[in-house]
Amino acid sequence: MNTKPISGPHIAAIRRVDQIMRQVILALVPATAFGVLLFGWPALYLLVVTVLSAMLFEAFCLKLKGVAATPSLRDGSAILTGLLVAMTLPPWAPWWIGVAGSAIAIVLGKQVYGGLGQNVFNPAMLARVALLISFPIEMTTWANVTPLFTGPGLIDSFALTFFGLDSTDAVTGATTLGLVKTGFSQNLTLPGILADYSSFLAMIGWERGSLGETSTLLVLGGGVWLLRKGVIQWHIPVSLLATVAVLSSLFHLWDGAHYLSPWVHLNSGALMLVAFFIATDYVTSPNTPLGQLIFGAGCGLLIFVIRSWGGYPEGTGFAVLLMNAVTPLIDHYIRPRIYGRYRNGKPLDISNP
Amino acid sequence: MYVLSAIVIMAALGLVLGLSLGIAAKYLKVESDPLVERVEELMPGSQCGQCGFPGCRPAAEALVSGAAPVTLCPPGGTALVEQLAKLLGIDVDLSDAQDQDPMVARVSEETCTGCTRCFKVCPTDAIVGAPKQIHAVVADACIGCKKCVEVCPTECLQMHPIEVTLRNWRWPKPLAA
Amino acid sequence: MLAFLENPRLRGGIHAEEHKQETCGQTIASDFPLPKKLYIPVQQHVGKPAEPVVKVGDKVLKGQLLAYSQGTISAPVHAPTSGKIIDVQDFPAPHPSALPVRTVIIETDGLEQWAPGNLPDDPFAMAPDQICTRVGEAGVVGLGGAVFPSAVKLSLGRKNQIHTLLINAGECEPYLTCDDRLMRERAGEIVSGIRLMLRGMEAPKAMVGIEDNKPEAYQVMLAACREFDNISVEQVPTRYPMGWDRQMLRYLTGQEIPADGRATDIGVVVHNVATAHAVYKAICLGQPLISRVVTVSGGAVGKPRNVEVPIGTLMSEVLAFCDLDKSKLARLIMGGPMMGDALPFAEVPVVKACNGILALSRDEIEEPEVQACIRCSSCVTACPVGLLPLEMASRIKANQLDSAVDLGLKDCISCGTCSYVCPSNIPLVHYFKFASGELVKRQQAEHKAEQTKRLMNDRNERMERIRLEAEAEAQRAAEARAARMAAQAAAQQQKVEESA
Repeated sequence: MNTKPISGPHIAAIRRVDQIMRQVILALVPATAFGVLLFGWPALYLLVVTVLSAMLFEAFCLKLKGVAATPSLRDGSAILTGLLVAMTLPPWAPWWIGVAGSAIAIVLGKQVYGGLGQNVFNPAMLARVALLISFPIEMTTWANVTPLFTGPGLIDSFALTFFGLDSTDAVTGATTLGLVKTGFSQNLTLPGILADYSSFLAMIGWERGSLGETSTLLVLGGGVWLLRKGVIQWHIPVSLLATVAVLSSLFHLWDGAHYLSPWVHLNSGALMLVAFFIATDYVTSPNTPLGQLIFGAGCGLLIFVIRSWGGYPEGTGFAVLLMNAVTPLIDHYIRPRIYGRYRNGKPLDISNP
Repeated sequence: MYVLSAIVIMAALGLVLGLSLGIAAKYLKVESDPLVERVEELMPGSQCGQCGFPGCRPAAEALVSGAAPVTLCPPGGTALVEQLAKLLGIDVDLSDAQDQDPMVARVSEETCTGCTRCFKVCPTDAIVGAPKQIHAVVADACIGCKKCVEVCPTECLQMHPIEVTLRNWRWPKPLAA
Repeated sequence: MLAFLENPRLRGGIHAEEHKQETCGQTIASDFPLPKKLYIPVQQHVGKPAEPVVKVGDKVLKGQLLAYSQGTISAPVHAPTSGKIIDVQDFPAPHPSALPVRTVIIETDGLEQWAPGNLPDDPFAMAPDQICTRVGEAGVVGLGGAVFPSAVKLSLGRKNQIHTLLINAGECEPYLTCDDRLMRERAGEIVSGIRLMLRGMEAPKAMVGIEDNKPEAYQVMLAACREFDNISVEQVPTRYPMGWDRQMLRYLTGQEIPADGRATDIGVVVHNVATAHAVYKAICLGQPLISRVVTVSGGAVGKPRNVEVPIGTLMSEVLAFCDLDKSKLARLIMGGPMMGDALPFAEVPVVKACNGILALSRDEIEEPEVQACIRCSSCVTACPVGLLPLEMASRIKANQLDSAVDLGLKDCISCGTCSYVCPSNIPLVHYFKFASGELVKRQQAEHKAEQTKRLMNDRNERMERIRLEAEAEAQRAAEARAARMAAQAAAQQQKVEESA
């Protein structure tokens, strides 16, 4: 038998890192599938290219580090990152946008910090923001809803994604949030801008937007499933969504012509995806429940501020990155109270109630 | 015009900041000498010389002046390195640090001639005995400086690791992931 | 809302697979054959080891004192049966290191002859200090695993004006059912033990806390306590580590023990339920602590059950009695699977602390590879103390122990919930045990450094004194010589003058 002393506990819960990653990926599948259905083959090509390149970059970095790549690749974190990057891209973006996104996410967002668990910023959001700043045209060219089999065929789509041959001007438009931003710059008011807005279509996701972000319903469903599985905790999604909802309600009531209703906020952009899948990223969010509530509220506040008054129509990426930067600070100041001690670490008085 | 005002502002800023730095350096000067004393307090104080300096005081001076690394003292172990690094504001990577097992001297009774040389050099009086009688080492007081081993004419003094018993057994560090 | 977040009645914890049904349905086996040899370590408790009073070759009777307690915090050990002392030597201890400990070895004669003892006429009329003395003399220690001498705790309770005696019958570790069986079968004796403890501490009331996965034990205890108004029986939720006395205390009374204090500081003393039974035996039957009920379970055990065995029995014999399948054995554990210690081999004696012997098979233990921390904070949620295990472990990994202490390392109770939930299999508790040991080591080293400095100063002073004395001596000698010379010179002068 083993002579090295083994410390207890000798039993463990059956929940492993790769299992958690698999569950998260599984929860994202419906929304992704819907995105492919909505935007056709180019979306599928982009998705595959992004995920594959994410895995390749991961393997490459691990090789540089001199670590065996297979065990780390098997934990599924690279696939998940690639998937999340793809879901936030415009569905008809050229292939190199996906590859660049994966490179930024895996190499700059994760591996330079030391790999899984060491990064400060959420890799997918880092990629999204870096791409948005570097390639504003490609990142804001939104394809119209062209369901599978109605749009370009397999070959045309291949050409579209990999050679950019199609003139996409004809089939693109703006997202709801983009529309609002441009409308305001032309001194229009909300009722006019959103004349064609359909609450129902926005909820099920039948609208222009990123590959996997449009369907509020499916993303929410995946998130709730993760909550029920205990993979994520409620604190961040609830505080994030509640903050956005409360703030937007207040401003919408005050000036309905210039501030979007909470319904539009909750159903547009990456809000749902961010609330359940991005902000809840273990590595870059605080450790304690109270810290998570603060983190979520901070994200919500920043999203609302950027959407309402910022230069960009959508602010989720910036908001998450900013709050990621604050996370170590939150973790430093918000710690659980230790048994038998006050919050400041001093032992309780004998006569504590 | 813009260029001019920018130049003026930057120059003024530089002047003011530089001046305040100069003033701070003069009036808020940190006396560095007490540091040597504080470092010396942390050191084991056995003047064993394993660091290559003649004693703990010279070693402390070298540390403060930056001539010696904080890892210079084997008897102090990782604990001392950590304390020194904190005091001197140095970042040290201790992940791979490994304390050497503390050793104590032991007298082999067959070869001891009772020459008394060893207990004359022992800095902590850890060796007891009398001329022409077998000496013994009080393990609790031995600091492992090896001075006695050097002077012993019959090589009857040897360094041995401290015996592990249930009372001083400790959990080893888990193997890193 | 915030107050609730700050002071939950129950914080953290886990619900592990219980594995109690294998053993909880059967009565305690009392037909364990007396072994040929018993190995009784002199250190089976917290504190100083006991000092043997017997010599090799002595005949001893059952219950006779083998080694007396040394100092205030210590406990004696007694002969579990009659026989002959064949050796007092070093023998592997039931400890993960299996390092040797001084052990009295008895060759049993099978006669089970009791040493004569004097029983009190009415145990419940005894003076409180007499109860404490008798409990101490019987070598009773905390049987929940902490093995703190019970008499010390009782006297401490008397000095500190206790208002409640909390009897911990949580038994929250998976697999273990020895306290459960004890309560079901010997509730009356346990209640007598509780009453004696109350008297010994002059405390007004007692409270028994039982996890709600033991409804039978609860009912039996409830019935046994019915006629005593001052003993109440409470059910507590099944959630490891409910048996951590401070957790149970907080759940039942809402009070927290200050981090730098003891339960007595808030007027409570906590004893294990099996200890209460041992107190009953010590006082009412005059029997010292020489046997205990042990749960023998695990996938490699053919007949898992609770067995009452004499202290000093080799675990290998107990396992053989329960049909151990050696080919299935993957890990041997003394105690529960959460906090128990893995033993390198089974040829070690059962001691007072041993509430379970688990022979776990390969598929019961988890040994997958350690992965990187993904900061999922499951450990933070699970920690019953409110620590940040992931942060502490990463500091310890980098050998920054002081920083780990700042995070609360010293408040860690090593309950193992963090390691249990960790999806990356990081041996968190192992890190904390290592760090705690390292801290003790450092403290000792610091102490030694101080001693060293003192010794060196003494030596330097002595050397200086010797040098000064030698100098003074030399000077005196020189002066004396000078004086003598002067005298001689003077004498010569005189002679010259006289002759002249």
